[in-house]
Amino acid sequence: MAKQELTNEGVLEQLKAQFGEAIVDASTPYDLLTVEVSTDKMHEVILWVKESASLKIDFLTNLGGVHYPDDKGREFAVVYHLHSLVNNFRLRLKAFLPLENLEINSIVDIYVGANWMERETYDFFGIIFKNHPNLRRILNEDSMDYFPMRKEYHLEDATREDKDDRYFGR
Amino acid sequence: MGKIEMNEKVEIVNGVEVINGEGFQLSSLDKVIASARANSVWPLPFATSCCGIEYMATMASNYDLARFGMERMSFSPRQADLLIVAGTISKKLGPILKQVYEQMAEPRWVLSVGACANTGGIFDTYSVLQGIDRIIPVDVYVPGCPPRPEQIIDGVMNIHKLVNHESLRRRNSPEYKELMKSYNIEVNG
Repeated sequence: MAKQELTNEGVLEQLKAQFGEAIVDASTPYDLLTVEVSTDKMHEVILWVKESASLKIDFLTNLGGVHYPDDKGREFAVVYHLHSLVNNFRLRLKAFLPLENLEINSIVDIYVGANWMERETYDFFGIIFKNHPNLRRILNEDSMDYFPMRKEYHLEDATREDKDDRYFGR
Repeated sequence: MGKIEMNEKVEIVNGVEVINGEGFQLSSLDKVIASARANSVWPLPFATSCCGIEYMATMASNYDLARFGMERMSFSPRQADLLIVAGTISKKLGPILKQVYEQMAEPRWVLSVGACANTGGIFDTYSVLQGIDRIIPVDVYVPGCPPRPEQIIDGVMNIHKLVNHESLRRRNSPEYKELMKSYNIEVNG
């Protein structure tokens, strides 16, 4: 008998059966299953999909942050891209955080490769990963006192004095 | 001129006549040392991006910077005379570049190659240093994005001109010390 392939619907059903209320929302943009998980359960969900015998979603492709400044109470998102190498199935998990409490559990204990990705997300968005072994800036200079990818900051270097708007059509 | 007859005796000189004894030449010490320096500049390439590729072309056989006594790349700042900064310098890299400059012995020159090293170039952003002259003094700027090898050679020629005309006492002058002080760089002696 041919091996049962994983489908978006099947995986979502398994997740809902296992976690119930923690699965907040789900959609399939461009046929990629995207599941919003409540922030405090994210660590548990990632561990479960990795160790579950039926899913084996055991590879962390990417981890990053997003800033939605107009979305009150859900200003920041942490996005996890996971991949099952055995079943050739991809899953995207999202957790939203309010500006006042930017804390989420680190997944370095599940994927060691998440170490630098979480540092980068901290570096650019200021999201705190709890239990991270070494949460400090990775790409920007240590003396930087803000999180540059937040949308309230200008992309241009603020320390320049030689720029005259007239020359730039502004 | 008269026609030489075949039977006429011809005097053959045995080589060039030489005046025996030690020769001498008059010049000023400044000029001799400056000329020696200018014709054996040891460059330290600090290449971070596409300008570095152009610099490699400048060093290679087509453009051949070795013609000007710059055969020997010095990858240790301690033996280098000329720091060639070619490429984007991020703010995080800034202190490292400054440390490299500080490790160089006097006299030292700096050639800034390309728009990024000169001004930050297209990278008008929070993470990129807007010109290396914010942290170290620069002698010659080469414009371009990236500059062609001919332009880099032109920059090097201008460095040679500076070296050739530099007074031996320049590095002890109050102006020079003032300049170094403005960059917070310590000068010995």
